[in-house]
This record gives sequence, C-alpha cells and structure tokens, in this order.
Amino acid sequence: MTFLYQILSTIATLQIGEIGYISEESLDFIPLKLLEMGCLPGAEVQLLQIAPFKDPLYICVNGSHLAIRIETAAQIKVLKSE
Amino acid sequence: MANKPIKVALIGNPNTGKTLLFNQLTGLNQKVGNYPGVTVDKKEGISKLSATQSAIIIDLPGTYSINPTSIDETIVLKTLLKKDIKESPDVILVVADVENLKRNLLLFSQIKDLEIPTVLAINMADQMGKKGISIDLSALKKELNTEVILISAKKNQGIKEVKEAIIRCHVAAKASPLCGINHKIDPDYFAKLKEISPSHSLYELWLMITQNNFPETVTSAEKQALLAFKKDISKLKKYQHKETIYRYQEINKILKKTYIVDKSKASDIRSKLDKIFTHKVFGYVFFFLILMVIFQSIFDWASLPMDLIDGFFAQLAQVTKSLLPAGVFTDLLTDGIIPGVGGVIIFIPQIAILFLFVAILEETGYMSRVVFLMDKIMRRFGMNGKSIIPLISGTACAIPAIMATRTISNWKERLITILVVPFTTCSARLPVYAILIALIIPDTKILGLLNLQGLVLLSLYGLGFGMAILAAFILHKTLDINSKSFFLIEMPNYKLPSLKNVFFEVFEKTKAFVFGAGKIILALSIVLWFLASNGSSDYKNASEIVSKKEVNRDISPEEMSKKVASFELENSYIGMLGKTIEPVIKPLGFDWKIGIALVTSFAAREVFVGTLATIYSVEANDENTTTIKQKMASEVNPDTGEKIFTFPVGMSLLIFYAFAMQCMATLAIVKKETKTWKWPLIQLIGMGVLAYVSSLITFKILS
Repeated sequence: MTFLYQILSTIATLQIGEIGYISEESLDFIPLKLLEMGCLPGAEVQLLQIAPFKDPLYICVNGSHLAIRIETAAQIKVLKSE
Repeated sequence: MANKPIKVALIGNPNTGKTLLFNQLTGLNQKVGNYPGVTVDKKEGISKLSATQSAIIIDLPGTYSINPTSIDETIVLKTLLKKDIKESPDVILVVADVENLKRNLLLFSQIKDLEIPTVLAINMADQMGKKGISIDLSALKKELNTEVILISAKKNQGIKEVKEAIIRCHVAAKASPLCGINHKIDPDYFAKLKEISPSHSLYELWLMITQNNFPETVTSAEKQALLAFKKDISKLKKYQHKETIYRYQEINKILKKTYIVDKSKASDIRSKLDKIFTHKVFGYVFFFLILMVIFQSIFDWASLPMDLIDGFFAQLAQVTKSLLPAGVFTDLLTDGIIPGVGGVIIFIPQIAILFLFVAILEETGYMSRVVFLMDKIMRRFGMNGKSIIPLISGTACAIPAIMATRTISNWKERLITILVVPFTTCSARLPVYAILIALIIPDTKILGLLNLQGLVLLSLYGLGFGMAILAAFILHKTLDINSKSFFLIEMPNYKLPSLKNVFFEVFEKTKAFVFGAGKIILALSIVLWFLASNGSSDYKNASEIVSKKEVNRDISPEEMSKKVASFELENSYIGMLGKTIEPVIKPLGFDWKIGIALVTSFAAREVFVGTLATIYSVEANDENTTTIKQKMASEVNPDTGEKIFTFPVGMSLLIFYAFAMQCMATLAIVKKETKTWKWPLIQLIGMGVLAYVSSLITFKILS
C-alpha cells in the first residue's frame, strides 16, 4: 500500500464506498474487541453504508462486515490515496 | 460395552451455523435450561458417535474470542478454564464459516493454545464453489495440526466425518499449542508466567491474569503469584493487543498457503439487499411492514385454531360431565382441570407464530440490519441498537428477552432495556387482549382490507412499545449511572433460513413456555376451583337462604338454581377475596369477579382468561355449556341488569393489562440479572401505579 499521495483521515471521514488502510499509530485507539474482529493496523477498510442520522457506520474491514459507532470510527486513522 | 461418553464443547463465532450443527449432531436428544432462549444458557445434547461411543455435546454461546466482554461470553471462558471440573470438555469442536475463515481462525488459535484436543469443522462448504473459494485441506490440517472437516450443516454433509474425528481426537488425546504465541511477545515475561504452574498451559495462565478469572484448579500459592502479574495493567493491555496482531499474522501466513478466493465469482447480493434494508426511508418502511405482517398474522392465522381449541375443551368438559357420576372429583375435572389445561393449550398457536417470525428474522441476518437502523434512535432513549432484539422478543415472552440483553455490554443501556421490556406486549397478554377485543370491538374490515380487531391489537402493541420508549427516556434522564459505551455488531451475510433450525427453535421455545407457564396456570386453576367451590357458612346453606329470600316470588327451578349458584360464588372464599378488593377497583369499572381475575393474574397474566372461565363455569351450572367468550358476553350485573363487559370496562381492562407488571417469573429473572431486589420492586410498583392511573383515566373518559 504505497500511494503517490497519502492522506491521513479517519474511518469516520471516509466517503461511502471509499477504501483506506488503517495506520500503525491507531493501534492504541482500537478496542481489543475490534482488533479481534480483524480491524488491525495495515488492514484495508471500506465504508459501505452510513445509518440514518449519520451513525453508526457499516464497514468492511479485513473481510469482516461490521457496524461501529462514529465515536469509535473517529479514533481510527486511515491512509487513503488521493 | 459402551464407553464413557465424551464431553464435547461446541464453540464458534455467531452466524456460523453452530446451532444447526448442534441440532444435526443431537437431534431431539437435547435439553435446555429453564428458559425459552436459544444459546443463552448452557444447552446440552447427546450424540451417538458410533455403535459404542456417545458424546455429551455442550452448545456454548457464540463468541468471537475467548476474551469476554459480555456475560454470555464469560460462560465460554469459564467452561474452557475448567471452572467446574464436571463440565470441563474432553474435546472442543470449533465451528467456522468458510467465508469468514480468517476471523474464525482467531478464536480457533486461542482455543488451540489451551492445549485441549480440538476438531475444526468448516461449515457452509457447499457454498465454496459459488463464492469462488478453494481450500487445500491436507495442507490446512498440517498447518493447523488439527483434524479439519469440511461440512454443510444445512445439507447434513460431513456430520459423520465430524463424529469420527471427535473419536479419533479423543483417543489420540494429543494437544499442542498452535502458535506458542506468547513466547514471541516477551519471552522472559512469559517464561516467568509459565513457571508458576506446570499443570496449566501458558495460555490458560495468561487468560487467568488478563480476565481475572481463577479456576479451582489453581492453588492459593499459584493464585498469589499470578496476581503479582496483574499489577501492570497497561502492560497486560499492550500484550493483549500484540497477541491479537501476532495471531492474525500467523493465520494470514497459513491461509496464504491453503486458502484462495476468486473475488470475481463473489456475488453482490449483500450490497444490493443492504441498499434496501438499511435505506434512510425504505429501511424503516420495510421494518414497519414486517411488524404489521407479524401482528396481523398472529391475529388472523391463530384465530381459527384458537376457536377450535376453545370449543374442543368446552365440549370435552361437557362430555366428561355427562359420562362421569356427579361428585367432587368430576367437578374438579370439569370445572378445574379441563378448563385449566385448555387455558394453556390455547396460547400455542399465537406463541408459535410469533416465535416463528422472530426465528426467521434472526436466521436470515435481517435482525442485524434493524440493530444498525435503530442504534442512533435507541441511544436517545438510553438504550442500544441491540435493545431492539429484546424489545421484539419481548412480544413473545419477557423472560428470554431479558436474558437476551446480555449481549449489551454497557450496563446502563442494558439495565434500562431490562426495566422497560415488560411493557412490550408479551404473548401472555395476547389471550387477555384477544378475548376482550373480540368482546368489545366489532369484527369488521376497514377499507375492505384491514381487520378492525387486528388494528386495535396492533395499536395495543404500539402502546406497549411507546410506553417502553417513554419509560426508557425517563430512566435515561434520571438514572445516574456512568458506564463507558462501546458498540460493535457483525453484519452477517444474508441467507435463507434453515427450516430445521426454525422448527427446532419454535418447537423448543413453545414447549418451554407451555410447560413453564402451564404448570403455574394449571396449579392456579385447581386452587381457584377449590376456592370457588368452598366458602363460609352462607356458602354451605346457599339454597336455603336463597329460597327463603325468593319465597314470595314465583320463579322457575332453572332460574332458582342460577340464583343459588350465583349466591354460592359470592360467598365462596374467592368471592370474599374479590369483594374485599372491589372498592379499590370499582373506580376502574371492574366488579369483584374481574377483581378475582386481577388477583390471580399477579402470578401470570394469562390466568385472567382461565380464571374467568373457572368462575363462570362454576356459576353457570347448567347443561348448555358455552365457550368462555359467549359466557363473558352474556354476563350481566345482577343489580342493574346491564352488561358487565361494556366498551369502557373493556378498554379500561386492556389499558390495565398493557401497563401492569403481572408476572412473577419476570420479576424473578430481573432479580437474577440485576442481582438485587431493588429493580424488580421498582418495576412492580412503578408499572402498577401507572396501570391504575391510566385505567382510571380511560374509564372516566369513556363512560
């Protein structure tokens, strides 16, 4: 995952359908439970849907389809290409 | 000679078809705890592995990892840590879903490190071709150092092989850790940890300190040494994170060699369905439509079998009465036991239909979409998206619903859900609603389509749900509990429900409900019959007193015997009880007979109908026995000659039953789940006051 232009963002600010890669520095902010579901640094994460009222978020990370709340998503930094 | 049965723990992620495999392995040879709930408590079954070898299969709650965050998952940890020696498994059967193998192997890798013989069953293998997945099975077996079986629980494929593998695995009794994971993180630290107890595996010791869960197999000296490791909490946390990452690295290495997915073959049905089911507008419309269909069917489909059951038991009582010689025993049978049993059987159609729908919604994966849709809204009321499942299950029975709140890890959200669940219309209220609605609402169609009675029933469901939400909001604003919120739910792939699973669930839940509630209802019917057919000295001399009173009037013998029966009931023990509380309930429009039903309803609501049936069959001591509904409809006030069940009285009763906490079994379960009598008492008093006041207002407005 090398990009020409890397932009640091969070899962919460991804657009629907957009893909990012979880950054190494997020590790301390990812709850153990989420890590165990495959939400690991370096993993590919795609935002699939946003629930009505903008929360929670429906994501696919490392092959797992999960819904998490926006406050959790906002803590997890991702790298995405321009 | 038959061998000692092997104890097998069945474990796996949720949505892997674990329950279906359990059903395939055990058939009908299974027993659940006291409650009608799926894998909430330990579920056991016996499986015949071969001619000489059987196994006791323990179905553990679904979990993503051994590190628990909910009470359900703690059961898994405790079983695996041999907290209870009797329950400790000989072999662990891990079920994985072929499509989510990577994540499923995380749990497998943790279990493997416990060093207990393990078999891995990869389920839904029949889908591999369609999803473009191919697995090098022999390489995977070698890499995982375990028996690996590809199965399809749905198509009953590979079950025999699983059974054989369990026997082989048990005989070999070979167990080695998969990754030796903890050595890689901090060798010195973990070497010191292992030194504490040679009889436990390193991973067991690690779990004991990270989960603060010490089984009886640990000596007190060992426990002291282990506790010393717990001092540096941040280090434990860091190492847990490292451990998980390391496990995934190992799993990725293994899968790279053995597991290939051709993504071009993957179908896009999930995202298409998600677009509809989680849509801002259509998502809610669809959810509402589903609820409408459920409630309309409960009323429409169940009414015919219910009428048949009602008629059958009326007939049975009549025939029995004419065949047996008159006496106390015949009276007990025809006025106590037969109507009592009928009062239980009559719920079966409605309960079964409701359980059927709940089972289908959960099986298809749709329920998770509802959780996703509702989370933000529910949070405004101090609950959680996951609260929607207890609130829907609560329409069947509050007991499994309250147990289903265990998946909510936030205590405040969970407590509020527990407290408001009894407002939802449970199936015990249904017979009460059904009979009252049939009495006071005309059976007509609106717009030529919707049944008016069904619509009233739906509004009662709405009322219960609305009150649950309102109560939750008040509790949210008043309860001062600080608990950190974390929300995570898997969105499983859509799948067609398995008929077998749905059948088992409906059958089991209905059975548990009928036998659980049935015992109370039957016992109360007999007690009631006794209280209604015995009484004070006035009761014993009823015919003398009545004939003296009526001496100046010329009345027929039939009318005379009716008057005697009525006088008898009034002076029986139950009549005296009803009369005592009459002043309190009179403002609500209820007479002493309804009062009797209210009193007995505190054991369980559904007793209402049975009580009235018993009261009226004791009273109506004549030949042409009619159904309960007909009896209620023809009931008149002896003083005024007016009908008892008028529209205002009926509505007032409906409101009372909608709000009052009239279920001892629910109070008991709330006490168990909250570990104090404080919350059930708050429910009992709060809901009671609300019911009384609302009923009073309803009656005053309508009459």
